[in-house]
Amino acid sequence: MNNIIVYCETNGNSVAEVSLELLTKARNLAVQLKVKVEGILVGNDLKGLENQLFAHGANVVHKAEDPRLEFYQTLPHAGIVCEIMKKEQPQIGLFGATPVGRDLAPRVASVLKSGLTADCTSLEIGDHYEKKTDTTYKNLLYQIRPAFGGNIVATIINPETRPQLATVREGVMKREELTTLVKGKVKSWKVEDIVGKDKFVVEIIERHVEDKKVNIKGSQIIVAGGYGVGSKENFGILYQLADVLGGEVGGTRAAVDAGFIEHDRQIGQTGVTVRPKLYIACGISGQIQHRAGMMESSMIISINTDSKAPINSIADYVITGDFAEVVPKLIRYYRKNSK
Amino acid sequence: MKPLKIIVLAKQVPDTRNVGKDAMKADGTVNRAALEAIFNPEDLNALEQALRMKERVPGSTVSLLTMGPGRAADVIREGLYRGADGGILLTDRKFAGSDTLATSYAISMAVKKMEYDIIIAGRQAIDGDTAQVGPQVAEKLQIPQVTYVEEIEKVDKGYLTIRRRLDNGVEHVKTPFPALLTVHSSASDCRPRIARNVMKYKHARTLTELQDTTEDYTKMFHDRPYLKIREMGVEEIGADVEALGLSGSPTKVKKIESVVFKAKEAKVVQSEDKDIEKLIVELIENHTIG
Ligand SMILES: Cc1cc2nc3c(=O)[nH]c(=O)nc-3n(C[C@H](O)[C@H](O)[C@H](O)COP(=O)(O)OP(=O)(O)OC[C@H]3O[C@@H](n4cnc5c(N)ncnc54)[C@H](O)[C@@H]3O)c2cc1C
Ligand SMILES: Nc1ncnc2c1ncn2[C@@H]1O[C@H](COP(=O)(O)O)[C@@H](O)[C@H]1O
Repeated sequence: MNNIIVYCETNGNSVAEVSLELLTKARNLAVQLKVKVEGILVGNDLKGLENQLFAHGANVVHKAEDPRLEFYQTLPHAGIVCEIMKKEQPQIGLFGATPVGRDLAPRVASVLKSGLTADCTSLEIGDHYEKKTDTTYKNLLYQIRPAFGGNIVATIINPETRPQLATVREGVMKREELTTLVKGKVKSWKVEDIVGKDKFVVEIIERHVEDKKVNIKGSQIIVAGGYGVGSKENFGILYQLADVLGGEVGGTRAAVDAGFIEHDRQIGQTGVTVRPKLYIACGISGQIQHRAGMMESSMIISINTDSKAPINSIADYVITGDFAEVVPKLIRYYRKNSK
Repeated sequence: MKPLKIIVLAKQVPDTRNVGKDAMKADGTVNRAALEAIFNPEDLNALEQALRMKERVPGSTVSLLTMGPGRAADVIREGLYRGADGGILLTDRKFAGSDTLATSYAISMAVKKMEYDIIIAGRQAIDGDTAQVGPQVAEKLQIPQVTYVEEIEKVDKGYLTIRRRLDNGVEHVKTPFPALLTVHSSASDCRPRIARNVMKYKHARTLTELQDTTEDYTKMFHDRPYLKIREMGVEEIGADVEALGLSGSPTKVKKIESVVFKAKEAKVVQSEDKDIEKLIVELIENHTIG
């Protein structure tokens, strides 16, 4: 009882990356709280998927299978998740901040009259003292998220209501498999007992799902390279930096034209417009057509051998030097100092 | 086909996309006064979808519903300029401090006082980026929802066919209405203001706005009733005060840290190891990375 429940999204025959990240995080939180981790799987023919959940730390997996649930649908999924939460009484419920999680979680929170924090980037356990009522709340979930267009970071708590619900961004938490596999329990739920026919009113007519495209628009951290990076091979180090920071790689038109990087990563007037929290410009001069697509970034770091490059006039930090020297240092010191 | 009654949920938000250095107060809270108040961008996409439906089904009407302080009446006027037929400002001190659960409760109670076939919201508001109010209003009204809407492709008797924009593709769904939709920024932009409507509605006011003027508007409202923007408060919508504002909001803000420090002059960082490490530590500490 009062465990941590993670709603696990599936795509075809695997569990979504973000759900496995969440299970890993839930495991750490569960140790601090001395409770267990449970996973929820809803879909059609989920054979074997529970093993992926066990491998990432779930002790119990709730399964609800029905041929009608091949694809995510708001009303039946919300009905099932609410029923499980009502019966199991978790203290924490986590969802991925994906189109599915962000469609489902608010509906669930509204039914359960629980607080929900969207798009968390970090979760911690901590206490809270409420002056007004002179009450101390022990072991609350600190739901930490950027707000106000990324200009502030807020820590949100739900002192009174349970479960404490949160959606968490993809890619911000590390996924780790357990080294020793502990097989947990599977608990099956009968869909037709929980949701009536009237919940299947929205019909999916057609779906076109592409393989995950580059999503530099949605990325909070962008490492961008220009003509100064020099070659496709040299871009490799930018990918490494983006990878450790959890960001994406973008480029200028000059870099795209030179074949260093694909066109769908071009940023600027004729490419995409981005507004990340952090933009690291490597070997980019910063012509107006490029700046048009990135100048609203919250923070800009420019790495350029030319101390007078135009990009420096809109940068928050200017590092005058060769990107090939500076970028490896950024990687090294990030690895050293991040937890 | 029977004309549709469409409600657009629109919020007035501080323009968080253009945050200057005076956007944060010394105590780390947001200085709303320094930010321009705008029509939430995705709510404009929502309005456009509503106006297109109105054009498709003759006789349909579009009403805006906005919850906020008195000055949020601007959102309603903006909607009228662009082609909406009317609007209601939901305003009351008792709403202050509402989180998404309390906000959606208040909005759903107000909606129950209106007639509707379709409710259209933005996907999310740029002040909080929560994307919660739409689905929560739908739940409270016990109606289906379709989120991430990119286009309403077809309107049939009792049904809408909709294209949704997902992270890695699109989905076409058919939903019965009444239903609530939330519209994604990839949907068509909103049409501009229509000069004729600006002329017609530029004097549209709420009663509260008129309290500060000396003019006698009674006659004007009598002659041109469309100039009156209706206000509703807790009593009009019959809401339970306990479920509103801070008492109705399960989430509390424990702490806020500012990450804005737009320096006027760029900081110059040497490419020496110790300087790079110092920069990295600074970025981790202020939550830019990590
Ligand atoms: C109609 C039109 C539309 C355009 N649309 C776009 C657009 O959408 N996006 C876009 O990006 N551009 C666009 N451009 C092109 C734009 O004008 C610039 O030509 C382009 O952005 C320059 O790219 P760059 O900064 O990579 O290259 P350059 O201007 O060649 O700059 C290279 C920089 O790298 C630095 N450098 C060299 N070696 C190193 C090193 N080892 N380490 C660090 N720094 C180094 C140099 O000092 C220089 O500042 C458009 C142009 C036109 C006319
Ligand atoms: N105070 C409000 N008044 C009217 N509509 C709102 C309000 N708050 C949120 N909404 C609607 O709900 C959507 C999602 O808001 P949010 O959950 O705050 O991201 C917005 O795009 C609006 O359409």
